[in-house]
Amino acid sequence: MPEPKITLKEVEHVARLSRLELSDAEKERMRSQLDAILTYIDKLRQLNTDNVEPTSHAIPMVNVMREDAVRPCFPTEEMLANAPEREGDFVRVPRIIEE
Amino acid sequence: MTTTTDYEVIIGLEVHAQLLTRSKMFCGCPTAFGGVPNSQTCPVCQGMPGVLPVINRRAVEFAIRTGLALHCTINAGCRFARKHYFYPDMPKNYQISQYEEPLAVDGWLEVDADGAPRRVGIQRVHMEEDVGKLVHEGTLETARASLVDFNRSGVPLMEIVSKPDVRSPEEAALYLRAMRAILIYLGVCDGNMEEGSLRCDANISLRPRGATEYGVKVEIKNMNSFKNVQRALEFEASRQAKALAAGERIVQETRLWEAEKDYTLSMRSKEYAHDYRYFPEPDLVPLRVAERWVDQLRTTLPELPAERRQRFVSQYGLPPYDADLLTQSRALADYYEAVVRAHAKPKVVSNWMMSELLRELPGDDEQAIAKCPIPPLNLARLLALIDDGTISGKIAKDVFEKMYRSGEDAPTIVKREGLVQVADASALAAVVDQVLAANAPAIEDWKKGKKQSLGFLVGQVMKATQGKANPTLVNQLLLERLPKQS
Repeated sequence: MPEPKITLKEVEHVARLSRLELSDAEKERMRSQLDAILTYIDKLRQLNTDNVEPTSHAIPMVNVMREDAVRPCFPTEEMLANAPEREGDFVRVPRIIEE
Repeated sequence: MTTTTDYEVIIGLEVHAQLLTRSKMFCGCPTAFGGVPNSQTCPVCQGMPGVLPVINRRAVEFAIRTGLALHCTINAGCRFARKHYFYPDMPKNYQISQYEEPLAVDGWLEVDADGAPRRVGIQRVHMEEDVGKLVHEGTLETARASLVDFNRSGVPLMEIVSKPDVRSPEEAALYLRAMRAILIYLGVCDGNMEEGSLRCDANISLRPRGATEYGVKVEIKNMNSFKNVQRALEFEASRQAKALAAGERIVQETRLWEAEKDYTLSMRSKEYAHDYRYFPEPDLVPLRVAERWVDQLRTTLPELPAERRQRFVSQYGLPPYDADLLTQSRALADYYEAVVRAHAKPKVVSNWMMSELLRELPGDDEQAIAKCPIPPLNLARLLALIDDGTISGKIAKDVFEKMYRSGEDAPTIVKREGLVQVADASALAAVVDQVLAANAPAIEDWKKGKKQSLGFLVGQVMKATQGKANPTLVNQLLLERLPKQS
């Protein structure tokens, strides 16, 4: 059996960074799916890309900019309508716990 | 005993400057400070799913201008990246920033420590977006809840990272002052630390003198004035020196400066905090910064503080101290030059500005100068009145204060209050005779060789004329009348 591409511990780390709570069964399912993805990436890496520029965007476009002009905002009420909780004109969030 | 002098202090500084654009970095919401909470937002800066950011051209131009002023290389290509972390001040859970390909790299800033200029390297200048503002009920530790205002979310920020070239807390403060002056001169940031438009974090480590490897560094946050930066770094340098001398290990961590308590406090360890998982922002296509664009922006650069300071010394013959003070803000330096254009006595103008004007003005920034009740030409007119003998220097100081309070010009005040100097010998002679008649003991002292008596008598004449007598003339009249000294 080939070496696993990703360990359970790494899955837990990534889950934590993403604030995802996973059950043991889910962790194992994620691990095996991510493992399959990484195995596929390994296959892609066999291609010779010496003369290929790294691509971060699929469209060959640069310098899309706008002029510095103010446009109307969303009304405060409409904006706050999406907040789980509010206090006056503020969005209210539970106490922040640093890790 | 081991002290901080056994160690070399290594400091690197990160400056965050809010750019003075009208609209935000990636949307058209206004950047104005102090609006009703959550009144300056839209789905883009609220981080709603499915929205698309669009880069503000002026923000890019401001960052390029800054890069040029700091002698950086402007990268021909640069792109934005997502920096991931979870915090309620940033609803989309990533900040759009720059990572591998920043806008500008590898420059320097000159700091002048007691006439010994040193170059501090600039590692990079990059663009990013600001996050919302949190208000805690009580302190962060005890708060049951926090309140969020997203007006600041998406305001263009520029991050300027120095190389670890700063060698003392004092030099850190000098670096920041110089940086602030440059940003203000460029007109890209208002430099207001209290309102948070200019913020600073510092990295500091110690190493034994002579060592070449860096020690473990500590990041300090929460310093909202130059003075606090210096004090926090002084505290931290001595804390680390003591720990190292006691054989302890420095832990790489982030510490908060507690200004009221005068110490730095460790934030609880952030095991995962630096795992930001940067990747190129797929919603923004890369920037290609054409040389022509850079060249064109280069031509718009104003004369910068260091150049202007140098010119004030060479062109006006000012002492470096005066030149430094007068060039701290562009508005103040402009004011100075406007006065000198109308009254070509550079050092006299400098003295009046440093002693009288700066004492009255609440600050030396654009706002303070714009609100100054004495326009440059009125100051020049006041100084001209001293020159042509209309008023004495002493009266001029009173007139200056009245001008500052009322906004009136000097001739108006002098005329209304009858402050015109008495330079008529026959009119003064009567007063001089009266003073001599009333001060026989002083005359006796004079005869015995006491030179100070003359000064006393001049003072008496000035007093009798409410300071309006021409002092040179009074001197002359007294000397004509006083007996020979034995």
